Amino acid sequence: MKSIITITKRELNSFFDSLMAYIMIVAFLGFSGFFTWIQGRDVFFVNQASLQSFFSIAYWTLFFFIPALTMRQIAEERKTGTIEMLLTKPVSEWQIVSGKFLATLSLIVIALLLTIPYYITVSQLGPIDHGAVMLGYLGLILMSAAYVCIGIFTSSLTNNQIIAFLLALFIGIFFHIIFDILSNGLPGILGNISHYLSMSTHFESISRGVFDSKDIIYFLSIIVLGLVGSEAVLSKRD
Amino acid sequence: MDIKLENLTKIYGLQRAVDDISFEVKTGEVLGFLGPNGAGKTTTMKAITCYLTPNSGDVKVGGISVLENPDEVKKHIGYLPENNPLYYDMPVIDYLRFVAELQGLTPEETNQRIAEMIQVCGLKGEKHKKIRELSKGYKQRVGLAQALIHDPEVLILDEPTTGLDPNQIVEIRELIKKIGREKTVILSSHILAEVEATCDRILIINNGKIVADGSSEQLRKQAQGNEILKVQILGGDRNEVFKSLQQISTIALVDILVPEESVFEVQSKNDAQSAQPIFEMCKDNGWYIGQLTPVETKLEDVFREVTSN
Repeated sequence: MKSIITITKRELNSFFDSLMAYIMIVAFLGFSGFFTWIQGRDVFFVNQASLQSFFSIAYWTLFFFIPALTMRQIAEERKTGTIEMLLTKPVSEWQIVSGKFLATLSLIVIALLLTIPYYITVSQLGPIDHGAVMLGYLGLILMSAAYVCIGIFTSSLTNNQIIAFLLALFIGIFFHIIFDILSNGLPGILGNISHYLSMSTHFESISRGVFDSKDIIYFLSIIVLGLVGSEAVLSKRD
Repeated sequence: MDIKLENLTKIYGLQRAVDDISFEVKTGEVLGFLGPNGAGKTTTMKAITCYLTPNSGDVKVGGISVLENPDEVKKHIGYLPENNPLYYDMPVIDYLRFVAELQGLTPEETNQRIAEMIQVCGLKGEKHKKIRELSKGYKQRVGLAQALIHDPEVLILDEPTTGLDPNQIVEIRELIKKIGREKTVILSSHILAEVEATCDRILIINNGKIVADGSSEQLRKQAQGNEILKVQILGGDRNEVFKSLQQISTIALVDILVPEESVFEVQSKNDAQSAQPIFEMCKDNGWYIGQLTPVETKLEDVFREVTSN
């Protein structure tokens, strides 16, 4: 556990040292702020004290930002050879992967915490459903965790960051939108499977305030698959 | 802590990078690992440090097998990989702290060891700089410092002096010598002089197999049969000198090296010494010796002989 924290700390520091963290946070707040408050179909247009418009824009911005954060994590270590330095220390592949996962997720949680002023502002405008807001944030965090794992996995496959980025987007887009589209078109069981695999199904059910075991299993499976996959790729070095 | 390799084999595709190697390094020994590029030096080192899993065979560090308990082995090894990979965006001191924490040092130990390493490796003025800003020699020192931070009993250095200028090479060598007194060290290189200067024992491998093993004197003696002398004889006609040399009973072969300066190379017969007869010859003829040097077989020759196919 101590090694995981050590690695998490280093990764987080490297996000902030390389300005990556600041750029990501500023861009995220900029985009989500613009679409939540200024653009046409914003909070005022909906005429309800709800953060729904923020959640649906964050749903998309995070989808694009996360691969940009995860792409270098293992790919760069492979390229510079530091992975050899790390793996010859008494740490396991599992600890390295989890450390990197926690670091990226923490950065996203920090970005989301910085949107709390939105929540406070909206709650001043009218009666707000606090439960729905909490679950909305939880949904964003779970979704981010799933995409971070996919991103770390694709980063472990290659030593080229751009390939890792594109591959993460490619895999992500299936969960993000393609399964959703398919579920409308496909009949019977295939349709049901696509519906279950679609990120939006689970994200929407959580942000509507419905949170059941199906959703937990969905997010947990993607997270575990991604981490176990990265660990397996890291362990196999010839 | 000793290191024992038992029938280690590592295969990449069709190539046997390391082919059934067995050897032992005793506690406190500094072993120089020589071989042409692609001979299997780095692969062997990676197997000892648990980075690569061998296809067959085993490595035991202090009796602990790398296959059964790699995490325990890693704690006792300090490793400087080839090309010295470092996190360039980290300041030196943060990087050392990171490695110390990974090695499981307590906070007090960490602070104490970092201070010690900065002193030993001469990083005092550089400790707050980012690693990217350091010169190659200083980066190498950081690499050594991270390998030594947990005071390991075994030190594995993969080409520790490549790319350094002559002064830096001497400094790093001194450092290795200083550290090597108490530790078991394996050091790879293809600079022969370096291995000769720093190592107690030399191991040459070629195509994944051990082709020579011993101290540098032993290796030289093995390759060299008879005594060879380089001698300059002045004060006489060089043809006469040549003839007289040939007549000396202990000399098997005479060769003219530099005709203008009458420098000869003479090879003695088995177990014979020729210095005295040459001196006597000069005395009898009224010539004098300009120079007389024994020609040693260089390690280069040994290396070339055992590694050329």
